[in-house]
This record gives sequence, structure tokens and C-alpha cells, in this order.
Amino acid sequence: MKVDMIDERRGIYSLKIRFGDYVIVFLCVLISIICILPMINLLARSLSGPDYLIKREVYLWPKGLNFDAYATVLKDPKYTKAFFWTVFLTVVCTFASLAMSTLCAFPLIFNRLKGRKVINLLITITMFFNAGTIPNYLLMQKLHLLDNPLVLIIPGVLSVYNMIILRSFFYGIPDSLREAAEIDGASFFAILWKVYLPLSKPVLATLALFYAVGRWNGYSDALMYMKNKDFYPLQLLLYNILNNINQVEVSTQEGFSQPGLGDALKAAIVMFSTIPILCIYPFLQKYFIQGVTIGAVKE
Amino acid sequence: MEENKNPEVEVKEAEAVTAAEPAGKAAKKERPAKKEYVPKTARGIYFKRYWQLYAMLLLPIIYFIVFKYSPMYYVLIAFKKYSIVQSVSEMPWAKNHGFEYFIKAFKDKDFIYALRNTVFLNLLDILVGFPIPIIFALILNELRFKYFKKTVQTIAYMPHFLSWVIIYGLALQLFAPSTGLINLLLTKMDLESVHFLDEGKNWVKTYIGLGIWQSFGWNSIIYLAAITGISPELYEAASVDGANRFQKMWHITLPGIRPTIVVLLVLALGNIVSSNFDRPFALQNNLVMKNAEVISTYVYKNGIKGLQFSLTTAVGLFQSVVNVIFLLLANWFSRKMGERGIV
Repeated sequence: MKVDMIDERRGIYSLKIRFGDYVIVFLCVLISIICILPMINLLARSLSGPDYLIKREVYLWPKGLNFDAYATVLKDPKYTKAFFWTVFLTVVCTFASLAMSTLCAFPLIFNRLKGRKVINLLITITMFFNAGTIPNYLLMQKLHLLDNPLVLIIPGVLSVYNMIILRSFFYGIPDSLREAAEIDGASFFAILWKVYLPLSKPVLATLALFYAVGRWNGYSDALMYMKNKDFYPLQLLLYNILNNINQVEVSTQEGFSQPGLGDALKAAIVMFSTIPILCIYPFLQKYFIQGVTIGAVKE
Repeated sequence: MEENKNPEVEVKEAEAVTAAEPAGKAAKKERPAKKEYVPKTARGIYFKRYWQLYAMLLLPIIYFIVFKYSPMYYVLIAFKKYSIVQSVSEMPWAKNHGFEYFIKAFKDKDFIYALRNTVFLNLLDILVGFPIPIIFALILNELRFKYFKKTVQTIAYMPHFLSWVIIYGLALQLFAPSTGLINLLLTKMDLESVHFLDEGKNWVKTYIGLGIWQSFGWNSIIYLAAITGISPELYEAASVDGANRFQKMWHITLPGIRPTIVVLLVLALGNIVSSNFDRPFALQNNLVMKNAEVISTYVYKNGIKGLQFSLTTAVGLFQSVVNVIFLLLANWFSRKMGERGIV
């Protein structure tokens, strides 16, 4: 019998590699190259000597290999400070967000809970209708959160989308587990802590990734609500550097004294602020795929 | 079986016990004090049992009220003349029955540009960007080598984890007019170098291209999941009938993920006037403003920077309301087509 493709899921096996397979592999390689090429180019530029960049000789491999740009970045307290501040912010936000999402999602899976429908409705409405940028700004003003580092933590602490992912996951845990615990006299806090959370590790990992990436990559809240440069997250600092805002104070660095910063240095800073996320996400791939898929399923 | 049944009996007993005891105690203690509290037993037990759940919900509910609902009160300033010293209720109503600022917005050339660009860029995103994750999912689904497939996926998801500022940084390096990789290659092929980021029309192409680059891998996840849900028997039957790979893709896989495609398309169409802030703001610059200004950046510049609070609140409200209407319309249309709705 002739079978034309191998697919474990479909229970079809064939070791013969056909022309079509080559085409598909070729396409996939092409797509991967497109995805990764800008990063390689960036890396090459960040490691190249400034002269080679201007001489237009840098393609995908560094020329005049040196680590000066990275050394400059690491030596400058401005970057390292912003880096550690952002790491701290990300960790705090992630834990606070996970706690809030859990507290919000867990009670809402009890069908017997009175007022559950109203709460669900009120939460869903906020997904579709948002007061807008200016009302939010005025609120922050009113709450004295402008220029307060808490503004980078509290307003975004709960994402409805992520909460719904968690709620859907909680729904998937068999009711019998919960009921058994209830009969044993466990309080709801104990049920959440000892039954639900241990079972939800994969989805919690996914949410942690989503929240952490969101905080690490976010800059618009700091742009709008923060004037104090000491509390700028890394991304906003990066934005200002890329656009040569406040360049005067930095352009005195040796070797990079052209207007604004040298391309190599800019590339190094971009690389510097990208690496943490790139180091983490591949390990969580299995989980976040699950998270996205759960999120797509309606309640 | 018996083991399973026992707890159920216990449940009933336990419930009966808890129902009887506290109710009795509570009744003895509290009845003389509060006579009017009649439906005591049911409600008393209910709260004794469930107060913990309400305690958990307390913080999230406060969060929603304070950060999601209370700003809605400030929406009123769209209809009022904003003043920094007065509270919202004290501010005088705007002219033209309160619609002064809406009229002003529509007379503002910059706002019209912003509105036009928002819709135009979103439409282009859908037109060009929507099919790509589907095609990618189909290609990936045909890939036979497991580890290679995983690697391709990991690489394709990578851009999703980069912030728009970083992507802008990447683009600055890649598209730099004289020294960037792309322009180096173009000049090598004796073509003229292109100003990707500081010339209006090219900027739009770059914006769309970078958007696709950032999200196609991530957006394919959902289609891949939908493909997993297709019954293997369909493929087996098709193989037996001699269908080739392309025919199976066309007649089984694509129809199998049709509901997913429709829902996502409807959602995208419903969001046609919404605008994300991070992406356009990070990518735009002064040279391309005519093509790059969208509503969210317009509101930021004229509101938070320009302090025209009433005008920009009106713009924001207009955007929110139109967006909700579009979403509901899209949802209604999707249901009418016999597909699952989104709301």
C-alpha cells in the first residue's frame, strides 16, 4: 500500500521523502532566516568596529571584532541601573499579577457563587469598552500616581485576557477534586492553595511569561505617567537613545562622539535589552502554546 | 463504585449537619437582636460558607472599580470645558449641546489624517497580514521532521517577544539608508537605496511588514491548534481515495479550520478603528507623520503633551464607541453566517 505522508497523529508512516517535503523544508528554512536575520545583523553590527560600519562592510558577520560597545554599555551606570530596575519591576509585577489573576479567577468558577454572573459581565465589559487615554491619565493624577513608581505596577496588575485563560484552566480541573476537599473540611483558601495551584503550574508559567514579557516590553505607561528619569524602564530609555533624545550627556563617551550614539553602541544597547527575554521564552514554549490555545476557547 | 458513592452520601450528611447546627446557633443568638432579618437560615449559611470566595474577589473587584470603571466618569469632560482648577461636575458644559469638541475634532485636519491612517493601516494589516499565519500553519503542518519543526516554531515565535522599541532598533540597523544590510544588498545589485523609515509610502510598507514579521508565527499557534482538532479519519479516508497532499490541505485542513479563521477575521474587522499605541509610536518619526499618525498617538500628543484634555477625551470616546459598534456588528454578522460569535 502506498501512503504519502508520515504523521504520527494521523497514524500514517512512511520513510520515503518526496519532492514536496523538500519544498516545505526549503520554505521553512527561508521563513526561519527571515525571522532571525535582523537579530544576526544586529549582533554583527554591535560587535563590529565603527569604521567598518561606515565603510559599509558589515553584513552578517562582525568585522573588526571588538566588545567595546558592550563594555561601554556595561560600564555606564545609566544602563545597568535601568536594567536592574526593570528586572525588579518585572519580577514584582509578575508575582502581583499572578496573585491578582488567581484571586479573581478562582471564585468565579463556582457556579453556586451568588453575583458571579454580574461580576463576569462587569469584567467582560472592560475588555470591550475602555475609558480612554486621557481619563486614565486624569485618574492617575487624582490618585497621586503620576511620577510614582507604583504607576508602573498597579494599573496593569490584572489583565482580563490572562485572567480568562486561568479561569478556563481552572474550569478544566474536575469538580470532584474540589468537592472531595470540601467534604474533608478544607477551606476555600486551602483548596486553592493545595489543590488548584499545584495542578495549574503549566498555565501559571504561561501567565508569568505573558505578564513578564508585557512588563519588560512595555514603555507607554512610563512615557505617559513618568517624568522622573530615575524610574524609566529600560525600553523607554532605549526609545530615547534610539531617537537621540537627551543625547548631549551621552555623546561624550570616547570613540562614540559623533552626533547621537554610534550605530554599534545603539545595536549593543538593543541587544542588551533583548537578551533576557530571548533566554527565557524557548524553555516555556510547550506551556505558552497551551496558554494561547486555552485563551482561544470561549468560556 | 461503592467507594465513589460513599462520599456522596457523606456530602449530604455533612451538609445536613452544617445546615442544621450553625443555623440553630445563629438563630438563637441573633434572632432577638435583629427581628426583621427573616431569611436567615439560607443566607446565613451561604455567607458562612462562601465568605472566603468573596474575600478573594475583594481586591480584583476594587481594582476593576477603581482602574476600569472610575475613569469612565472622566469621560464627561469630552462634553465639558476642561479646567484644571475645577472638578468634573463644576466644569461648564461645552457649546453646541456639549458636542463642541467632537465638532472641533472633525474640523481638525490632523485628526482626520489620524482617523484615515488608523483605518487604512488596520485594513492593510488584515488584507496582507491575515492570511500569512494561516499559510504558515499549513506549511508547518506538512513538515514531517519533528525536531526541525520545533526549531522552526521557536524561531518563528521569537519576534513576538520583542518590544516595539527593540523592533524599531532592529529596523533602524537593518534599513539604515547607507550602511544597513538591506540597502547594502540593494546597492550591490545596482539598485537605488531606499529610505524605508523616513519616506511616507515606504514607511507604510515597512510598518505593515514589521507587523507581519512580529506576529505571524505567534498567530499561527491558534491555527495549528485548530488543525490538531481535525479528525485523523478524514485524512485516512482521503489517502485511501488517492488524494494528494495539496488536495488534502485544500479539502480537509482548510475547511477544518474555517470556524477559527472566521472568528479571528471577525475580531480583526471589529477592531478596525482601534489603535495600539506601542507599535505606531515606536516606529513613527517626524518625517512620516502624515502617514503614520494614528488616533492613539494623536491623543497622546494633543492630550498628555498638548493638554487639550476635552478635545482628546472626545476623540477617545468617539473611538471607543465606534469600536464597540463595529465589534457588535461583526459579531452579529458572524452569527448570521452561521459561525460562532465572539461576544
